[in-house]
Amino acid sequence: MSSVVQIEGLVKRYDGREVVRGIDLSVPAGCCFGVLGPNGAGKTTTLRVLLGQSPVNGGEIRVFGLPIPQSGRAVRARTGVVPQADNLDPDFTVAENLRVYGRYFGIPFATLETRLRELLEFVGLTERADARIATLSGGMKRRLIFARALINDPELVVLDEPTTGLDPQVRHMIWGRLRDLRQSGKTLLLTTHYMEEAERLCDELVILDQGRILEQGTPAALIKKHAEPEVIEVRGEERLARQALVSSGDGRFEAIGDTCYYYTRDARAVVKRLEGMSGLAFLHRPANLEDVFLKLTGRELRD
Amino acid sequence: MAILYLPRFQGAALAVWRRNTLVWRKLAGPSIFINFGEPFLYLLGLGYGLGLFIGEMMNMPYLTFLASGILASSSMNTASFEAMFSVFTRMIPQKTYEAILTTPLEVQDILAGEMLWCATKCIISGSAILIVAALLGAVHDWHALWVPLVLFLVGLCFSGMGLVMTALAPGYDFFNYYVTLVLTPMFILSGVFYPVTSLPVALQSLVQLLPLSHAVDLIRPLVAGLPLSNVAGHIAVLAGYGLAGYLIAVHLTRRRLLV
Repeated sequence: MSSVVQIEGLVKRYDGREVVRGIDLSVPAGCCFGVLGPNGAGKTTTLRVLLGQSPVNGGEIRVFGLPIPQSGRAVRARTGVVPQADNLDPDFTVAENLRVYGRYFGIPFATLETRLRELLEFVGLTERADARIATLSGGMKRRLIFARALINDPELVVLDEPTTGLDPQVRHMIWGRLRDLRQSGKTLLLTTHYMEEAERLCDELVILDQGRILEQGTPAALIKKHAEPEVIEVRGEERLARQALVSSGDGRFEAIGDTCYYYTRDARAVVKRLEGMSGLAFLHRPANLEDVFLKLTGRELRD
Repeated sequence: MAILYLPRFQGAALAVWRRNTLVWRKLAGPSIFINFGEPFLYLLGLGYGLGLFIGEMMNMPYLTFLASGILASSSMNTASFEAMFSVFTRMIPQKTYEAILTTPLEVQDILAGEMLWCATKCIISGSAILIVAALLGAVHDWHALWVPLVLFLVGLCFSGMGLVMTALAPGYDFFNYYVTLVLTPMFILSGVFYPVTSLPVALQSLVQLLPLSHAVDLIRPLVAGLPLSNVAGHIAVLAGYGLAGYLIAVHLTRRRLLV
């Protein structure tokens, strides 16, 4: 399978501070590829670079086999972008936003009008076509931005935290639409710090921290590699929880916030023990991507 | 780093121009009302009022003298304010350019489109002034029909300069410096209200270096029906300021937005 995005040795500095420190990345065609990382890991910077919107301090970038930033125009013509923040045009209505944006791509009038109607349908905004942007809810704005990113029928769609701050209904709708797009053969590249989102959507992902790639693989493979299969979460007094968990076997114990985690290959004995105790609420579940993420990126807070 | 960014005029810049035209059309009513109302006030109040005492100035009725000056200075203001306040709004708080830069357009296309739009606005408001002036009997020659074309150039000139300020501006307050230190002195000194020749000689040569006096020198003979002189020189100064402003603005805006 050929690579849609190919990044080698990317280095990016802001005021002498290195925010991306030698990233290699390859996104196969037709894949949904996730870039995970805490805030400030370099996710957004990486996306800006591959759209030719940010000069680099080192490395080679190719998108559709074209060099960046030299071929930025050609690459952006074939790419759709969902930015992190709302940048809809407040001077226009819903339909006008799509129409005006479509003109930047030089899309012929008839094609544009057809696509505009299809996309409003696709994101469920047909009824609101003539509404002003200020009257839309946060979820509607997000859906419109999503539709706008598709106005040029892109081969690659780049999404920077597409569901941050959305209610579950909109989030699920967008997840469904992303799966539709992947079905239709488009390549998706998304950043997120929602592990559930990454686990549901991504065929492959990288975990980024402090400008470096810590790990790469399919969600299942990463979970298998880095986390024990069973997890017990205990909420309550840490001292009590620690006592109950650590003395139960050879599993791995961690405390983050008000929750204690116990990772193990076989949780039966611990579960039995905890069931006999009062005052501790616990949850027994399979390991997920969040466990991997916290293990790899540590537990201290990021800004 | 290359300094010269030539825009792809055919499609890209025009899409930005069309965007602004569409916004303007939504508010066209009040906008046109102001375009006509303001010159009426100026020309009636100052032209007739002062004209009564002044009579003729440089072999033309004061109303004609003033109208041709106002045509130039109001285009200066129209282009400057659009290129500063409106462009800043689109560039920073409204994030319009952030969205446009994810399409094939580049900074140089956006700014070229903005300048075309500023110049177009000068034609619209300038034509209104010209019509008012003609109705008041201040226009003496059919050559005045060339004036909108000159105003287009004046618009390119001052929008290019204004875009440099916008690229540098941390906020709206910054524009006050440019208005107070550059635009207002030019407005007062460049022969809008009285001939430049009545200024001290040293000041006259300074005024000659500034673009507004060249705009006045092109427009006034067209309105008054007098022979033009040094047309190429005036056009070169206006075009030169506009082009230099554009190139500097593109360079600074790229540095600001493409980080």
